[in-house]
Amino acid sequence: MTTSASATGTTSGAGTPAPTSTASTATRVLGAATLVGIALLVVFGVFVSPPDKELGETIRILYMHVPTVSVAYLAFIVTAVGSAMYLWKRTEFWDLLAASSAEIGVVFFGLTILNGMLWGKITWGVFWRWEPRLTTTAVLFLTYIGYLAVRAVPASPRTRATRCAVVGLLAVVNIPIVHKAVDWWRGLHQERTIFGTLKPEIQGTQAFAAYLGLGVFLLLFAWLLIHRFRVAFLAERAAESGLEGAIAERRQEAGQ
Amino acid sequence: MAEAVTAPGTLRTVLSDARLVAAKDLRLELRSRVGISQVLPFALLVVLLFAFALDPDRRVLGAATPGLYWMVVLFSSVLAVGRSFGVEAEDGVLDGLRLSGLSPAGIYLGKVGALLVELLVLDLVLALAVVVFYGTDISGPVLLAAVVGTATVGIAAAGGAYGGLTARMRGRDTLLPLLLLPLLAPVLIGGTRGVEVALGRDAGPGWPWVGLLGIFALVYLTLGTLMFRPLLEDA
Amino acid sequence: MAPVVHLQQAVALIGRFPALAGVDLDVDAGEVVLLRGPNGAGKTTLLRACAGLVPVVSGTATVLGCDLVADRGAVRRRVGLLGHATHLDDDLSVTENVDFWSQAAGATRADGRAALERLEVATRLYDLPVRALSAGQRRRVSLAAVLARRPELWLLDEPHAGLDAAGRDVVDGLMAEAASVGATVLFASHELDRAEAVARRTVVIAGGAVQDDEVGEGHDG
Repeated sequence: MTTSASATGTTSGAGTPAPTSTASTATRVLGAATLVGIALLVVFGVFVSPPDKELGETIRILYMHVPTVSVAYLAFIVTAVGSAMYLWKRTEFWDLLAASSAEIGVVFFGLTILNGMLWGKITWGVFWRWEPRLTTTAVLFLTYIGYLAVRAVPASPRTRATRCAVVGLLAVVNIPIVHKAVDWWRGLHQERTIFGTLKPEIQGTQAFAAYLGLGVFLLLFAWLLIHRFRVAFLAERAAESGLEGAIAERRQEAGQ
Repeated sequence: MAEAVTAPGTLRTVLSDARLVAAKDLRLELRSRVGISQVLPFALLVVLLFAFALDPDRRVLGAATPGLYWMVVLFSSVLAVGRSFGVEAEDGVLDGLRLSGLSPAGIYLGKVGALLVELLVLDLVLALAVVVFYGTDISGPVLLAAVVGTATVGIAAAGGAYGGLTARMRGRDTLLPLLLLPLLAPVLIGGTRGVEVALGRDAGPGWPWVGLLGIFALVYLTLGTLMFRPLLEDA
Repeated sequence: MAPVVHLQQAVALIGRFPALAGVDLDVDAGEVVLLRGPNGAGKTTLLRACAGLVPVVSGTATVLGCDLVADRGAVRRRVGLLGHATHLDDDLSVTENVDFWSQAAGATRADGRAALERLEVATRLYDLPVRALSAGQRRRVSLAAVLARRPELWLLDEPHAGLDAAGRDVVDGLMAEAASVGATVLFASHELDRAEAVARRTVVIAGGAVQDDEVGEGHDG
């Protein structure tokens, strides 16, 4: 209500009349920059940069794989920060930020698993091997599916926010533990991994494509996050505008 | 008397609250016998079913024993956790706990304590069943006890947190395993590898696994203790 | 003295449904207030909101000096709520249940035993599991658990329901007694004749709001 609106007002202009779109000049510029970046990445990643000496053409998958997985982890860290801040400040802003970020993180994790499997099919001949990084990703993917499932259970906003904040925090501390456990678990089976391939000092257009990919996907994340947040914010306002009607309707019952 | 209530949150109140809740839960479990008459038979049943699924004569069963053991423990834990908090959802007992004046941390630790005792009993019975039915030799009993003990503390700690989270939620019976099992993946890995070492199946060092399991247990005990207040108040 | 319950335009949601749609209510210490109104009027939600179980999302809500909008956890240990549910564990005995809730609230076993006696729960029932009790007996045990806590604010949701004549008399006596030692009682009931004899004040709830607030004409004490 009033408190939550002011808490979110900085990002969404709650004082102004109800917006009809989630876009603003800033996000349009950001979106355009992202599009240009993606086009550049396709040009450099697919056409300009040479195939790798060892990896051949498969290195091109890395220009996307590394960014998607990095952004997913970043998204989950944002979720964790939002969750902790929610439990401290109890404002809608942090709850919606955490939830929006988690959704994007799950999407990027899904993409990571997908392009990891494609890389595997080319390199290993099979879609899936219990390679540590891919395995970790799968476990964490399911962990955050759980977060979204909790989010989907109907509840009052504060209850839902509290539940999600707890899940967001319980899940994030598991990331390093899962990493360690999976690493040790696979310790004896060190094989060529999709991440391990990035270690050789790549140079020139290859390096450029790799860093460009990272930058572009960061932009994409920011752009998606802002829009997702605004959609979530508007959804809350829509639910609340229903509330005023519902209160009036509820009080009508007394008149009978 | 009400005036004698000490401020919540002091270590002494937390511990005495925990003892009160744990004693109540264990007494309830002894009375209702659901654990003994349903959860335990279920666990033994799964031990049997694994033998059907994996031919005992082709050594698959023997090789897979440590993993199977933990799978049974994990699935039974989901039942035990669901039950531990399902009991509270009956007839508004959870509301009672929220109104009780017990410190949330005390309630959490009490629940985890009772769960831990129940799960350790389950561990022991299952271990005996595995030794008898799968013909398993135990070569490193100290390591085995350490692995099973720390892993079970971790399961109880995470289970207590997610049990409290889902207690009042729609669809909690399906949500609990979805949340709990991915979180427990490191416990499954560490528990399995640790037991493999303890049984002499794997030459690698076993104690680092105990360390990892211990860290898991400690992290989730701490988080659960901290998180239970908002959970009890708002979720 | 500040009122024990102070609600101004209090809105409380069950999911997204405004069960309380702007309640204005002030209750002073020592008052016994009857809440009446049709089913679904919001009486139960009002009681649960005062207990800090249902969040008040807008308006003002202060109970026993605790701001329910900001932090509804603090008030809980100081109220005694008897809801439709009895808060009893079926498989534990009567005394085990009452002991647990008394000790949880910082009271002693003796307080619990005294409360059971006050509720006239037959001693032969003490060691029976609660599941063996009738609905009325359960309600008495549940009330005993509330009494043992010595709440500052009693919130009773249809305390007469399911009780026999003797039990209803006990409940009425209990409410009067609580008020006489400075506690405050807020209760919902459909037993209007009986309830209005105990309560000096009747608040009519309808459509999630206070529709009428009348101080009883007959002074009965």
